[in-house]
Amino acid sequence: MVLREVSLAIPAGHFLALLGPNGAGKTTLLRILALLIPPTSGEVRLGGRPAAEAGLSLRRQIGVVSHNTLLYGHLTAAENLLFYARLYGVTERQQRVREVMEEVGLAYAWHEQVRTFSRGMQQRLAIARALLARPRILFLDEPYTGLDPQALEVLQAVLARLKQEGCTILLITHNLEQGLDLADEIAVLVRGSLVYHGPRAAVNSHSLADFFRGQAGGNA
Amino acid sequence: MSAGKVHAGRRLSGWVAAVLMLVALYAIFFYAPLEQTMREVQKIFYIHVGTAWNAFLAFFIVFLASLLYLRKREERWDDLAAVSAEIGVLFTTMVLLTGPIWAKSAWNTWWTWEPRLTTTLVLWFIYLAYLLVRAGVVEETRRATIAAAFGIIGFADVPVVYLSVRWWRLSHPIIFGGGGGGLHPAMLVALIISVFAFTALYLYLLQMGLTVRQLERRVRHLKEGWRERYE
Amino acid sequence: MRQAWEQLRALIWKDLALELRTKDMLSAMLIFSFLVMVVFAFALRPEAATTRAVFPGILWVDFSFAGLLGLNRAFAHERANDCLTGLLLAPLDPVLIYAAKVISNFLFLALVEAISLPLFFAFFNYPWSGAAAALLAILFLGTLGFAAVGTFLAALAANTRTGEVLLPLILFPVLVPVLLAAVQGTALALAGQTGPALAAWLRLLAVYDIIFCVLAALLFPYLLEP
Repeated sequence: MVLREVSLAIPAGHFLALLGPNGAGKTTLLRILALLIPPTSGEVRLGGRPAAEAGLSLRRQIGVVSHNTLLYGHLTAAENLLFYARLYGVTERQQRVREVMEEVGLAYAWHEQVRTFSRGMQQRLAIARALLARPRILFLDEPYTGLDPQALEVLQAVLARLKQEGCTILLITHNLEQGLDLADEIAVLVRGSLVYHGPRAAVNSHSLADFFRGQAGGNA
Repeated sequence: MSAGKVHAGRRLSGWVAAVLMLVALYAIFFYAPLEQTMREVQKIFYIHVGTAWNAFLAFFIVFLASLLYLRKREERWDDLAAVSAEIGVLFTTMVLLTGPIWAKSAWNTWWTWEPRLTTTLVLWFIYLAYLLVRAGVVEETRRATIAAAFGIIGFADVPVVYLSVRWWRLSHPIIFGGGGGGLHPAMLVALIISVFAFTALYLYLLQMGLTVRQLERRVRHLKEGWRERYE
Repeated sequence: MRQAWEQLRALIWKDLALELRTKDMLSAMLIFSFLVMVVFAFALRPEAATTRAVFPGILWVDFSFAGLLGLNRAFAHERANDCLTGLLLAPLDPVLIYAAKVISNFLFLALVEAISLPLFFAFFNYPWSGAAAALLAILFLGTLGFAAVGTFLAALAANTRTGEVLLPLILFPVLVPVLLAAVQGTALALAGQTGPALAAWLRLLAVYDIIFCVLAALLFPYLLEP
């Protein structure tokens, strides 16, 4: 049992940063919310509808950026995105793929195989992949790890734009500087339990850092 | 179920199995007449059929338990499948050992590709595969599901194997046919008692096995509880 | 429904494109098939009548081994970069993932068979006097059965510690009817005897294929749970 009685509600259009030490269950929570694994008890509701009843159409509204790129190394950037566009039923594929690739600054790498990309480029393409179907909900699992400054800029710009357009965002991060800037709310998960959930303004990033150092020490 | 009742239930089934086995032994060696040509060796036929019936029954139970587990996700169905498979592979091995003994005496050949025996051989391999799958899945949470999926596929294979081997044999008939034909009534009685006796043995072993698994699980839960409390 | 068809085509395209780029599976399967053929030629005397009699068996043993090699790699691309999660996140019925893999594995194996078969006839000096249509039918149904069950069990074995070593052990017992029917049917087809016996084997293969395709499709989602 990884998660214990977690009850979390995120209002539409809000940006929640989910923090916590390693092994707290953050990734598991994200996978449940992204409808990858069913919860052992309780239910997931997205946009007010219970996920179990909504069927496959709900997945079209969800975008996920994971620390794995979910990209096929031997296919080109365009082939990867066009493939996923077909799976998600994106209309006018070519145009949409061009759009997202331009937004992440990879339009020049249209015909390059993904395995030739740097880590930063791959992460940018992964972000583009998540944006293809214009998701209403975006989940990000530690997207900042290993990003070069250019990719970082792109990610922040994308998050800012999505937030402005009313997308609901859940960001898991260790990076207290970058992650918290755009957040509306903070939640902290420790050993499977939600120990804190409140507005961003009420939290000071220094006190958080101390809190985590304390947790890490206790977990030795 | 209270511990007392379970214990009593096990003892009862143990006694039933023991008694039936003794009755069966008496029936086989004293009640049933000696067969004309094969004499004493023929008596292995009763063990052969008794274990064969249970070998297939055990796998049918694996199949049912697998279906029930996938449907209800209750651990006890997974336990049933696991234990039934362990017992089943033993019974199947006995069928494959008693078969050649019979065959050598009856037809002077160690092995015959007769449909039922061949299907039992394939069943043996499917059992082994099932047990290997169970042993191979590392994550406990997934083991039951993966094993159940294989249990269902494996069982679905058995009738198809039987049919295909039968067709195969029809196109290449062997000189010696299988058993069957007219059985002396006393032999039939002994056969039926043997089947019941081995089934009782199967049920007894099943109960013991299930108890072991439940105890193992209790121990694991206790350990986990202590670990969480003191860390 | 239209959407599902489009998704299926996308998945098949992806498998074929990846294979064409890397040529991992196909080259290994082709070389291994050729190698096994040569080993058989060394083990038996190609001109002997006894070898002619077991020729159908040799064919299917060869195809099975080559197929096994291919199956081991079947989900390799999905494991890299956790691409399987990418597929599971999509608004996609998981059964389509299975169907697409079966079709692409079938195509790869069929290609290997198409190339190996003439080589077999050449290396074993096997006289051709058989019924081509019947042979093709047996090859089609047999390979389909192999692909359907093999893909399912490859996905199953991927969940185990011993994975690739386990696959042949769990696959061959379940494939027994296919191998029996395919070998017997091939023998009849090569001898030109397209009578009721051959029809019976074809029916058996068809029934097997239907049962196991349906069963595997129903059970496949259980293999994907994390």
